Amino acid sequence: MARAVSTRRKAIVTVIAWGIGLAIFFPILWTILTSFKTEADAIASPPKFLFFDWTFENYVTVQERSDYFRHFWNSVVMSVGSTVLALIIAIPAAWSMAFIPGRWTKDVLMWMLSTKMMPAVGVLVPMYLMFRDLGLLDTVSGLVIILTLINLPIVVWMLYTYFKEIPGEILEAARMDGANLRSEIIYVLTPMAVPGIASTMLLNIILAWNEAFWTLNLTAAKAAPLTAFIASYSSPEGLFYAKLSAASTMAIAPILIMGWFSQKQLVRGLTFGAVK
Amino acid sequence: MGQIELQKVTKSFGETQVIPPLDLVIGEGEFVVFVGPSGCGKSTLLRLIAGLEDISSGTIKIDGKDATDLGPAKRGLAMVFQSYALYPHMSVRKNIAFPLKMAGMEKAAIDAKVEGAAKVLNLGDYLERRPGQLSGGQRQRVAIGRAIVREPAAFLFDEPLSNLDAALRVNMRLEITELHQTLKTTMIYVTHDQVEAMTMADKIVVLHAGRIEQVGSPLELYRTPRNTFVAGFIGSPKMNLLTGAVAKARGVETIGIRPEHVAVSKDSGEWQGRVTVAEHLGSDTFLHVNSDHGGMTVRVGGQMNVGHGDTIWMTPDANHLHRFGADGVRIA
Repeated sequence: MARAVSTRRKAIVTVIAWGIGLAIFFPILWTILTSFKTEADAIASPPKFLFFDWTFENYVTVQERSDYFRHFWNSVVMSVGSTVLALIIAIPAAWSMAFIPGRWTKDVLMWMLSTKMMPAVGVLVPMYLMFRDLGLLDTVSGLVIILTLINLPIVVWMLYTYFKEIPGEILEAARMDGANLRSEIIYVLTPMAVPGIASTMLLNIILAWNEAFWTLNLTAAKAAPLTAFIASYSSPEGLFYAKLSAASTMAIAPILIMGWFSQKQLVRGLTFGAVK
Repeated sequence: MGQIELQKVTKSFGETQVIPPLDLVIGEGEFVVFVGPSGCGKSTLLRLIAGLEDISSGTIKIDGKDATDLGPAKRGLAMVFQSYALYPHMSVRKNIAFPLKMAGMEKAAIDAKVEGAAKVLNLGDYLERRPGQLSGGQRQRVAIGRAIVREPAAFLFDEPLSNLDAALRVNMRLEITELHQTLKTTMIYVTHDQVEAMTMADKIVVLHAGRIEQVGSPLELYRTPRNTFVAGFIGSPKMNLLTGAVAKARGVETIGIRPEHVAVSKDSGEWQGRVTVAEHLGSDTFLHVNSDHGGMTVRVGGQMNVGHGDTIWMTPDANHLHRFGADGVRIA
């Protein structure tokens, strides 16, 4: 039976929800607003909210000083590349854990997740030295490798959760129908898991896009993605707030737009298994 | 084509042995039903034959060739699952074509075969639909279609009718029996429903705790059950199994008498009892009786007028009395 909810109660809940939503969104909104201010307005006290002289000057300066599109392209290659690579490794891994679990499957899953609990800075020096010796420093391929490695546990976990929901009988039917392992994964499992794989892909692209620790420490100029592009405007001295905001807005805009269009898919992905 | 032989097959999950050493021969073209209560190992046995589970020891031969180590794809068997297990992302046409595609058949040949199967199963109008848009009975037909296009050595059915409603179940039962008569291919059918077993099988294999209790034609099992388990499991309503003085008087531990082999009278007979429930089916009436020897069920004609609380007299037909020893095994 549906619970009767009074209009007043609904109104209160709506106001609270909007309040929380705006509070969460506020830093992004403020960044976008600041990007249209002059440097003087950007640090004005009390802060100016909407009534200031709107200007595109910051965007022009930022594009003149640093090449946005090169950074953008590095970000695209690194996030899409690492996601595709991670999926190629994770799909068979999640398949075996979901459908032919062994005695240690749960432990392997926990162990994989535990690698995410370690602070990244703890392995910075050895990773840096390995990258140097392998000639991967400041290369996009190096970034693809490191992002694949750090996001792989999450990708495997998410896919594992999706695959668990697929009835095993359907895969057994495929086996009875003469499908070998490869055909079973390509023709039956993957198409059935498309929604799950899509959510995993979207989330992983966002995670890779926003990753700042490794991308900043392992790149210098050539392979620098948008995170480095933003960081280059963060300076201890001088008036750079407005330009920093313009750079940030440009860096997050593509992923924000992608997230906006795929939010339905993302929400479904993140709540999968919890909400039926 | 289609002879299956199990030799000393066992299956253990960890420490637990679910199938103790088991021997069974399924003849070419036979319709064999594995029947037993849930947890008796009948589905496991079917999955061992299919190759979906590995056997722990023993040998499985298909058409005389050792298939023990072959994967499910290589055994030439087709299976229909309880959940139908259709591919939800494929149309009916693609579902039926899938095994042929996996076998590397040419497109034109596949199309011809799919059309043929659709005709036999009345699925012609549904070929472009997805499984989600079909009713339970239609899904079941698609699952059967997917199995028959391959022309397998044998069909394996794992409780295929248990998700259907009662009326549809009777229909599909008939369709599967007719299919067997047309194709003449070996079929192995797993069910917990002894009515399905009795009506469809050439040969019934009664399983209990992983062991084969008895193998035989439906009427053999009905007339001469080898032990009290088979006696109680086959037949509906169940055979009355009586122990104590009444059995001792006949020199055995347990006697069994089917409900239809008891003569009922309102004034005289061997055993007295009081009717607790009378089930009037029209053609027959089943009386549940509280007798001196325990609860019993007896069948009387639809005309007999008895009801709750009436006292009746029952006399067993000596020619149809089953006698079992202390170990539950039949004594001739």
